[in-house]
Amino acid sequence: MTDWFHKQRYLIDFSLAALGRRKVRNLGLLAAYSLLVFVLASVMLFTQGLRQEAKRVLAESPEVILQRLVAGRQDLIPPGYLEQIGRIRGVQKMEARLWGYYYDPVVKANYTFMVPGERQIPSGQLVVGPALARERGLVAGNLISFRSYSGRLFTFQVAEVLPQASELMSADLVLLGAEDFRAFFDFPAGHYTDITLSVANPNEVRNVAAKLAAALPDSRPILREEVQRTYASLFDWREGMVLTVLAGALLAFAILAWDKASGLSAEERREIGILKAIGWETGDVLRMKFWEGVLISLSAFLIGYLAAWVHVFHLDGALFRPVLQGWAVLYPHFRLTPQVDGLQLATLFFFTVFPYTAAVLVPIWRAAITDPDAVMRT
Amino acid sequence: MSLRPSTLALGGLALGLAGLLATWAEAGLQAQAPDPGTPALVRELGLTDPALFTEARYTRHLALSDRHAPFQDHPLGFDHFPSASLVAPPRHD
Amino acid sequence: MIEIADLHKAFNQGQHNEYWAIQGVSLSLARGQVTAFMGPSGSGKTTLLSLIGCLARPTSGRIRLDGEDISGLPERFLTELRRRHFGFVFQQFNLIKGLSARDNVMLPAYPLGLPHRQLTERADALLAQFRLGHRADARVEWLSGGEQQRVAIARALINDPPILVADEPTANLDTALSREFLAILGELSGAGRTVLLTSHDPLVLDSPQVERRVALRDGRVVEA
Ligand SMILES: Nc1ncnc2c1ncn2[C@@H]1O[C@H](COP(=O)(O)OP(=O)(O)OP(=O)(O)O)[C@@H](O)[C@H]1O
Ligand SMILES: [Mg+2]
Repeated sequence: MTDWFHKQRYLIDFSLAALGRRKVRNLGLLAAYSLLVFVLASVMLFTQGLRQEAKRVLAESPEVILQRLVAGRQDLIPPGYLEQIGRIRGVQKMEARLWGYYYDPVVKANYTFMVPGERQIPSGQLVVGPALARERGLVAGNLISFRSYSGRLFTFQVAEVLPQASELMSADLVLLGAEDFRAFFDFPAGHYTDITLSVANPNEVRNVAAKLAAALPDSRPILREEVQRTYASLFDWREGMVLTVLAGALLAFAILAWDKASGLSAEERREIGILKAIGWETGDVLRMKFWEGVLISLSAFLIGYLAAWVHVFHLDGALFRPVLQGWAVLYPHFRLTPQVDGLQLATLFFFTVFPYTAAVLVPIWRAAITDPDAVMRT
Repeated sequence: MSLRPSTLALGGLALGLAGLLATWAEAGLQAQAPDPGTPALVRELGLTDPALFTEARYTRHLALSDRHAPFQDHPLGFDHFPSASLVAPPRHD
Repeated sequence: MIEIADLHKAFNQGQHNEYWAIQGVSLSLARGQVTAFMGPSGSGKTTLLSLIGCLARPTSGRIRLDGEDISGLPERFLTELRRRHFGFVFQQFNLIKGLSARDNVMLPAYPLGLPHRQLTERADALLAQFRLGHRADARVEWLSGGEQQRVAIARALINDPPILVADEPTANLDTALSREFLAILGELSGAGRTVLLTSHDPLVLDSPQVERRVALRDGRVVEA
């Protein structure tokens, strides 16, 4: 056992010395390889973290949201709607909501204006989301003016900025009192944006939705599970497209690795002959090369993965911001809860460490089984 | 005598593996104490969508968007905003 | 004691370019002697050495090493035998570039898995014996021809083999260095090692260190 360990260390010494002879080339390879793992692992960790976070917090979203459609477009809930729902069995609690969008020409960003259900916000005051506060440079106590769609200027005082920890969900929120909301948007009295419902028996949600649709034919119930599904598949969409982009990088790397691994130079061939002549077995040569493959690919895997971890969970996925940002001006700064998915990790490991090690070993195989007497003739 | 290359390499790999385990441990610890504020806010306001894409109303509230809005398109359909390439259209069932 | 009986070696057997490099060699080589194989180019000297040194397998015939038949063994055993019994000094020295002299000397012992300190000490002792102690950390490609050959000899001796095989050891050396090599040869055989070498060099063939000369022609022994 100790012999075995000593021997492997000698083989590692040798393969490192061999790698060290083309230091720049091999370090370059390691860097490219690590970068590839970094990108793959970052995408993996980021989407996984985002999905898990969405799953966690959206478990609290309303069981059913009822919209009213007019000509296929969402429209306001007219007075009297609530009473009709109240007669449907199984509906436990309902709440008509007021919310809408506001485009702020100052920073060219969209905000979500919303009237909280329970919290009472005094007239003339606002509670704002953290990204919005950052963008407009607001702290509690500041005054801010918005010109409403009707052209009037409204000035509010910021009562509070929502906690940064909830920024993923609340980045662009503006919470205000119902009176202020109606005045600001000229919102018709008695009308609402939509209705949230909770259902007494969770197994009955679909039935209740069907009854709602039957009783109110112009309505569209949206179930919590549908909302969750939307975000469960977040970023799965057009993964093919992302993969296509990555495939280019993968291919380039494959060529690089193939060139490096299979382009067994005459020099390397000669060295293998020498090693065999002076008493190395074919297996020793293969083991030495195996270590070379493992050292490079495992290092790249670990470097890439750990860098991705730090990037995604400690630097808030800084490199993904431009992608996420899209065309929006406001976007959240959020810190994802670290997640490890064993299967994903194993997949990443398999697809990064295994092919390279194999690519190193295969060409060496043929060279390693040649007769050692060839060295006598060089 | 200087350090053997294999000592450095194996040490480095051991360090990396320790880091890998540390990520696991970190994930485990954080999972113990998730921040309760966000779910509470979601419940209070009845929120349905993270504020990932605020460029348009149908990207801001994907789950609530109109059925004819972009994102509902055929997979080969051309959407206006880049975020469309990141999110799947809702399933109609 | 190395006994060779009716040894044949064919290259490319069964093909149109079949060539019999060794055609019935029978020899008995005593332990502790320096034996030189001589003969014109193409006479089969190198081939014979590689057969004795277990680098290649004979087509027919037997080679016995201390009574043990080594001609039919599978590769793994041949490697093992080679490591235990033979040290090789090649004409081109065949050192591994990019490695230090010490690492080159240690190479044949890597598969044995000895403790590192023990192996380095042994390598350093050998290098010191060949007056290379001060060059132990130098990369071999920076060494002079004579120094390279002494590294190659040290490498051949790291596993302490009883038999040293040297193919044209002085072909790349000038007269002074050849004489130095012969001096080392004398020391080794004085210490009880068997040395088998091939040479065209009269300096080697006529030197007092060579105790036996075997002449080959067309794959056969012509005078022993
Ligand atoms: N692998 C091989 N395939 C075919 N023929 C070979 C092979 N190796 C050696 N030969 C032939 O076998 C013959 C003997 O070669 P060998 O190298 O043993 O000669 P040598 O006596 O060492 O010659 P030199 O003095 O030039 O080194 C030569 O004619 C050579 O061409
Ligand atoms: Mg020859």
